[in-house]
Amino acid sequence: MHGFVNRALQGFLCDTYGLDAWDEVRSQAGLPFDGFESMLHYEDCLTDQVIFSAEHVLHRDRASLLEDVGTYLISHPNQTALRRLMRFGGDSFFDFLQSLDDLSGRARLAVPDLDMPDLDIHHDRSNRFVLDIRWRLPGMGPVFVGALRAMADDYGALAFFEAERQENGCERVMIELLDTAFASGRSFSLGGQTG
Amino acid sequence: MKRSGMDQLALSRRALDQLMPMHLWFAASGEVLHTGPTLTKIAGGADLRGRPVLDVVDLLRPKVAAGVPALLLLQGARLRLCLKSKPDLPLRGMIVALPAGVGGLINLSLGLSFARAVTECDLTLRDFTPCDQTVDLLYLREANAAIAQESRNLTDRLQSARAAAEQQALTDTLTGLANRRAMDAALQAMVDEPLPRFGLMHLDLDFFKEVNDTLGHAAGDHVLARASEILRAEIRAGDIVARVGGDEFVLLFRDCDDPDLLEAIAARLISRLEEPIRVDGQLCRISASAGSVLASHYERPDRDKMLSDADLALYASKNRGRAQHTLFSDALLAPPRHN
Repeated sequence: MHGFVNRALQGFLCDTYGLDAWDEVRSQAGLPFDGFESMLHYEDCLTDQVIFSAEHVLHRDRASLLEDVGTYLISHPNQTALRRLMRFGGDSFFDFLQSLDDLSGRARLAVPDLDMPDLDIHHDRSNRFVLDIRWRLPGMGPVFVGALRAMADDYGALAFFEAERQENGCERVMIELLDTAFASGRSFSLGGQTG
Repeated sequence: MKRSGMDQLALSRRALDQLMPMHLWFAASGEVLHTGPTLTKIAGGADLRGRPVLDVVDLLRPKVAAGVPALLLLQGARLRLCLKSKPDLPLRGMIVALPAGVGGLINLSLGLSFARAVTECDLTLRDFTPCDQTVDLLYLREANAAIAQESRNLTDRLQSARAAAEQQALTDTLTGLANRRAMDAALQAMVDEPLPRFGLMHLDLDFFKEVNDTLGHAAGDHVLARASEILRAEIRAGDIVARVGGDEFVLLFRDCDDPDLLEAIAARLISRLEEPIRVDGQLCRISASAGSVLASHYERPDRDKMLSDADLALYASKNRGRAQHTLFSDALLAPPRHN
């Protein structure tokens, strides 16, 4: 697993629950180091062990914990870079949803060795989208629910999200887009500096 | 339909705006007829219609004679130009002559100054067509900056880890001898033994500063390395030699209770260090002064006291004209006599 993914998970645990909680998770997961490095690669099992230990240490169920990870990635002040990069996907939440097909390609443009889930988005009814996610580790559905909900807030859109586990290992997120201009959202300037 | 009809295409102004939001359309007279919405925004929202195209646009390269006909002759060439109102924002462009001599169309793009243009003119995603990769460039630029920051963070962490490791190191990197930290620990361990019986020698190279000053630091480093080899070769296994300063060394001799033995060792060390050392074809001559103490001299030996007494003995050697050894005695502690 790419260090970016592990580092994001570590950032979530440290920024949300504090360093002591991270130390406890790390020791229960048997990590042989203090923390992950974004630029290195790690065995998949380490990621899985960290999530598993976090469930126990924090007394949280996996789905709701991972949903919070997704929200953290977009909305936490320490993750502004990612939130900005996501906003390049479109001028409105509607455009953004349509651009999810490109997300992996975009991410690999920046980090060629990043392993990203395969995403497939269909616009199946006027206001309903279906996102299919395929990845090596289970749990990407809840992560996307959290992240997309935070992106909807960012755009000022009102939407309803629900994760579903499919039979074939694929995870599905149903997105009901109720209002694209529900609130003013956060500002985004293409050139940076503000927002 | 005639074949010639297939060569012509009528596009509405709206379609042109959508396809080429940074175009400028001018009449045969040179009068600007229309500008695309993004170009208008870059021009600060100014209405450029009715103005002569060459008053609006400054052609930087290639340089041509003034006038619309000369401009139209550049059809298909790669143009470097700017808006006269934005001289510090270079643009890239191409011109085509419109059929039947009704003027021309210039299409523009931001070129390499894209990031500045987007910030200065407050451009948004809507100002670019899906065919324009400027947005991807902006994305990539921002992603690269974030990743470069991650790399810098990693480098910083590695550097502080290295500094921490160096702090805990026990070896002098230049000579490979023990460093002061290692010597302090070894000396403390010897002092803490139930019946301490060892010798401590403080040795300082003579004339080393002259080598450094006349031949440079690289030569000085070479001489230090050679002197360290000699010291290491002359001590017994189990003894310790440490470099504790620029040209200062501390040697610890185990199971040593004999002043004559220390004297003999010092004499041999000094004579070996006085052998000329060849550096880049030049012969360097150094020597050494030394001062020693024996643990058995003290009722209860103390690390700092032994070091400071050895230091006194060393300075006695220096004062007597260098290149010699002095064994510490309490007489050295007596205040200097005034004549």
